[in-house]
Amino acid sequence: MGLTGIQIFKLLPKTNCKECGSPTCLAFAMALAGGKAELDKCPYVSDEAKATLSEASAPPIRGVVIGTGDKAKKVGEELVFYRHEKTFLNPTAIACLVTDAMDDAEVDAKIDNLNNVQFERVGLTLEADLLAVRCVSGDAGKFEALVKKALGATEKGLIIMADDFAALEAGAKAASGKGALLYAATADNCDQVAALAKETGASVVAKGASIEEVADFTGKIVSGGVKDIVIDAGARDIKSMFYNDNQIRRAALKAKNRDLGFPTIDLVCDMTDDPYKEAMLASLAIAKYGAIVVMSDIDKERMLPLFVQRLNIYTDPQRPMVMDEGIYEINKPGPDSPVIITTNFALTYFIVAAEIEASRVPTWLLIMDVEGMSVLTAWSAGKFVADAMAPFVVKSGIRDKINHNKIIIPGYVAQISGEFQEELGSDWEVVIGTREASDIPAFLKAL
Amino acid sequence: MAFSALTEKYSGKMGTLTFGSGDQAITVGGQAAMPFCTFDGEIPNKPIVAMEVYDVVDPEWPAAVVDPFKDVINDPIAWAKKNIDEYGAKAICLQLASTDPNGENKSADYAAELVSKMIEAISVPLVVWGSGNVEKDAEVLSKICEVNEGKNLLIGPAVEENYKKIAAACLGYGHNVVSQSPIDVNMAKQMNILISNLGLPMDKIIMEPSTGALGYGVEYSYSVMERISLAALAQNDEKMQCPITNDLGKECWKAREVKLTEEEEPAFGPDLEKRGVLWEAITGFDMLLAGSNLLIMRNPKAVKLVEECIDELLA
Repeated sequence: MGLTGIQIFKLLPKTNCKECGSPTCLAFAMALAGGKAELDKCPYVSDEAKATLSEASAPPIRGVVIGTGDKAKKVGEELVFYRHEKTFLNPTAIACLVTDAMDDAEVDAKIDNLNNVQFERVGLTLEADLLAVRCVSGDAGKFEALVKKALGATEKGLIIMADDFAALEAGAKAASGKGALLYAATADNCDQVAALAKETGASVVAKGASIEEVADFTGKIVSGGVKDIVIDAGARDIKSMFYNDNQIRRAALKAKNRDLGFPTIDLVCDMTDDPYKEAMLASLAIAKYGAIVVMSDIDKERMLPLFVQRLNIYTDPQRPMVMDEGIYEINKPGPDSPVIITTNFALTYFIVAAEIEASRVPTWLLIMDVEGMSVLTAWSAGKFVADAMAPFVVKSGIRDKINHNKIIIPGYVAQISGEFQEELGSDWEVVIGTREASDIPAFLKAL
Repeated sequence: MAFSALTEKYSGKMGTLTFGSGDQAITVGGQAAMPFCTFDGEIPNKPIVAMEVYDVVDPEWPAAVVDPFKDVINDPIAWAKKNIDEYGAKAICLQLASTDPNGENKSADYAAELVSKMIEAISVPLVVWGSGNVEKDAEVLSKICEVNEGKNLLIGPAVEENYKKIAAACLGYGHNVVSQSPIDVNMAKQMNILISNLGLPMDKIIMEPSTGALGYGVEYSYSVMERISLAALAQNDEKMQCPITNDLGKECWKAREVKLTEEEEPAFGPDLEKRGVLWEAITGFDMLLAGSNLLIMRNPKAVKLVEECIDELLA
């Protein structure tokens, strides 16, 4: 990252010993610059050169892992501004806030939501990621008890939030070794908080009233031995949140500003009391560069749109979402229900399934693996064609579930109906369906 | 390394489009920066939300988009007035669902008369949207243009198969056209070229790049729109400098995530209104963040949420 082949070459021994596998040091330097070789291959490189090169090859926005084990969540490491440029890598972490001013029942209900509100989609489990535990009482003992309770109640990573250092220390020590994120180090106490984070294996939020203020002391935290930093540049309204997240990413990616090369946290829970507005702010964080967003609750109705938005925005544009091949049951189909076949492009599936569901007609939906292509693309690529579809239909076992022999194909591939009929044999009757998914309900009702 | 703000200066800017007449007219577009990046360049016109009214409502609509209009849902004009007076609509989009040949198949004359009455009755600019049936839209929309000559309506969607008739009628009778293309940057550009070749100036065209709701292709619309916006601004591609609109209400309110009750899908939760409102509001917000200038939306609460975000981000 950043260094050219020639710049790297200057740091190498220039002996052309060939032990790295490259014919010359210059060739090796070029390979390094292109990301096609590892520096470890050179047995004679100096420690100084190693340090310079690893510094230069570190990602412009640091990756920070919060929590431990299966539920550990990584944020940061983003490389672009627009998802079409490459892809967004680590989806925005969604956190739920509890405080030591809440009664037990409220805390339990929120942690229960955090643990249990989840949705299955394209073979993934969509869920929230972190628990933010905040001290508002100023009482270190009370706060420590809440952190301990939280540790026992969820496996998700913790954000430990206290303005008072004694409380922060009590909470951090209770969560020592759990990869917590400490909130927050400020210009005044950053040395102290960095030492606490180092001692307890935690990462640190650098908090200031502005980007300028934060940029001034993240370097001190790094010098204190903590590289895992998250930035809160003080935004408490939508406009400054948009500005900060935008400018911090620009500083990291365009200006290569190491002092701002960290993921950001957006405390939308402190920006509004309206749950709808809070969801809008969270959706902004997801689309425009927030790495962690802290919300007041993880309720089903708000998380469904937010999790799906996050899934959509963070999907790799080069790799379409796909569904597993197989038989999908919609509206509880029975032996006399119709059978529709289409491809495993997730968008095709969702649109077709939604229309079938809306029709309320019980239907078997056969999803065929064509590497995530839409119907027409898969047909022109020779994947959604008669001699591939027929064996799939037979192998799927759908015939054992029905007492008729009709199979409905998408109207866009009407031209394959004859050949498909031939491949399937007289056992089956191929029916041409609609071209547009939106016409499916009328079609099914008229069957 | 101290922080200094970085700004992006672009060689191009988005064109504008004005619809409606007199002092009620609204101008959209004209931005010299990516969405809400006021620190990069001027965003002279706020994105607008047009609230939709239907001339026939699908009985499958969820309660969250029936209840706010219960008393007026069979009268598109009263519905439009309610949207304006009670819900603060800045523009109205009349969805001519009844003209669909697979539905009530109402005539072009009926539609043209309804549009005339609507123009008489309301005090804000009007968008007129066909049923999406290619042949019927050509007939209905061109009739509407003719009967309502000079009213500077925004009319669509014109697609590759019917743009000649619709865009020609817009040109002939003084209206603006929605140029719709199937989620593809090059096809969006191609449609703009085809329509402007008919003689309609670029400031009478708005693009609809095909809108997917959350979970139903929103990411495709999102990236196509970001690419269009960058082509218009950074590459100064004149044929991409038409403002953008998104017809998203109808996409959002048919999603299963919005329609299914808790009994049908316990994971989704009991509050259908909250789910639906946010499905539409977040889809709308995503479209704005990707470059939309004009959203077509249905639920008043969702509209208000989106408008608040617009106002605060551009304050």
